Amino acid sequence: MPWLRVLFVLLVARPVVKLWLGLTIRHQERLPLTGPAIVVANHNSHLDILTLYSLFPLAVIRNVQPAAAADYFLKNRLMAWFATQVVGIIPVKRGTKKGDDPLAGCRAALADGRILILFPEGTRGEPEVLSEVKSGIWHLAGEFRDAPVIPVYMHGLGRALGRGQWLPIPFFVDVAVGRTHFWQENRQAFKQDLRDCLLQLRDKVLPVKPNEEEGY
Amino acid sequence: MPDWITQLSLPMPLQWGLGGVVVILIIATLTIALLAHRKPEKNWTELKLRVRTWWWIVAFFSLALLGNKTLAMLVFGLVSFLALKEFLTLSSTREADHVVLFWAYLTIPLQYYWIHITWYGMFIIFIPVYVYLFLPMRMVLIGETKGFLRAASSLQWAVMLTVFCISHLPALLILPETVGKGDIGTGAMLLFFVVALTQSNDVAQYLWGKSTGRRKVAPKVSPNKTLGGLLGGAATTTLIAWLIGPYLTPMSPLHCALAGLLIGITGFIGDIVISAVKRDIGVKDSGSLLPGHGGILDRLDSLTYTAPLFFHFVRYLYF
Repeated sequence: MPWLRVLFVLLVARPVVKLWLGLTIRHQERLPLTGPAIVVANHNSHLDILTLYSLFPLAVIRNVQPAAAADYFLKNRLMAWFATQVVGIIPVKRGTKKGDDPLAGCRAALADGRILILFPEGTRGEPEVLSEVKSGIWHLAGEFRDAPVIPVYMHGLGRALGRGQWLPIPFFVDVAVGRTHFWQENRQAFKQDLRDCLLQLRDKVLPVKPNEEEGY
Repeated sequence: MPDWITQLSLPMPLQWGLGGVVVILIIATLTIALLAHRKPEKNWTELKLRVRTWWWIVAFFSLALLGNKTLAMLVFGLVSFLALKEFLTLSSTREADHVVLFWAYLTIPLQYYWIHITWYGMFIIFIPVYVYLFLPMRMVLIGETKGFLRAASSLQWAVMLTVFCISHLPALLILPETVGKGDIGTGAMLLFFVVALTQSNDVAQYLWGKSTGRRKVAPKVSPNKTLGGLLGGAATTTLIAWLIGPYLTPMSPLHCALAGLLIGITGFIGDIVISAVKRDIGVKDSGSLLPGHGGILDRLDSLTYTAPLFFHFVRYLYF
């Protein structure tokens, strides 16, 4: 139900991210507005999805969907309904047995021309620490070689609402969008490029150290 | 017309004051446009942004002067919220104190509520006494002792500067009404007086520092601040206060000049105190909320000192 997602973005995501938190964004123009495209972002908080949603124009939202862990978000029926119907996640089954395709939903979304949000670290992890990029993204991008891969780094959300916390505390959040990447044959190089780009974006959004000589 | 619109009224001197500010801004906008036209090779973006932001600040601040108490509390409540958020974003908070930070934010609506209901006694002790004692207690209940002193004192300071000190501005607004010596218009003029002088003092200190002065006042904290800037700025502010004070406040010309001197010197101190905080943390600007200025704390720094000090100066002498 894409209109529920639009309402969710308008009434929940944007107010929480833009008023309660407060967002500074660099290079918003680099975000894709049409699919198929893959947005890869670092993952520290449940607020990550809300933040990424609030970067897109409302008209595009119905075409944007994040992949998220099925074992976590489909735990009970109410949550599953909320996650799939309102937030609009694509459930990804982690650690399934051979033969099952965990990325089937993502594949369908891309084939359908949608903008897919992926958290290639796979889990929320420690705040502000970037874990290894997993291989799923390489497989997906390999099947949709025309789909651009756009890295996004978000800083400060793990602090606002970390693992195991339920109350979002206001902090200013910095987001930087990186340059477009495309699939490349060498899996390791592709993953490394993405990770390097995210790390470079992280250095950009971290507070600027002043020059000793400069005044205040 | 709804009641709240008919309640809005600006006393004559305040209309003149705001009109003066608008004229200055128009002159600044035109001057920069002219300079940019003459010397297009230089980069004028920063200056243009700065003046454009000034227009927004003046428009937003004017809402607080309209004579509607609730509106004024909302304006300054939002200012405190943004300033506290900026301070906490900069300082290193502990993950364990997550919920404590929520309590720190909760002081904002409470503090402005005390002002709104004109409960002076509560307004003046709520944060220095009750919040001061409550926050460490809440932290102790969580039980993380590593970094306790640093976290507790940073938080105390954040709340004092961004909520307690700033809340003295709307407290000025209702001060005359509370003691029955004037109405909210009288308070609005006091509020305008201290804010306009503090901001013009910042500008005057900067201009004097650029043109005169070599001796540095606080070289380690703020290498650009010179003694010439401080003295020239304070003298200018004293003069302006002496000129406009008698129209805007019930103070005698001598007291107006003294208030100007107080604002001139303590505005400078507030400025370098926040500079020291920024230097300690290792950032140049406190944020990026106000394009051309930096963060909101970069604009409020001098007010954190002048607002409470002017409040008590004028309260002791006249209210």
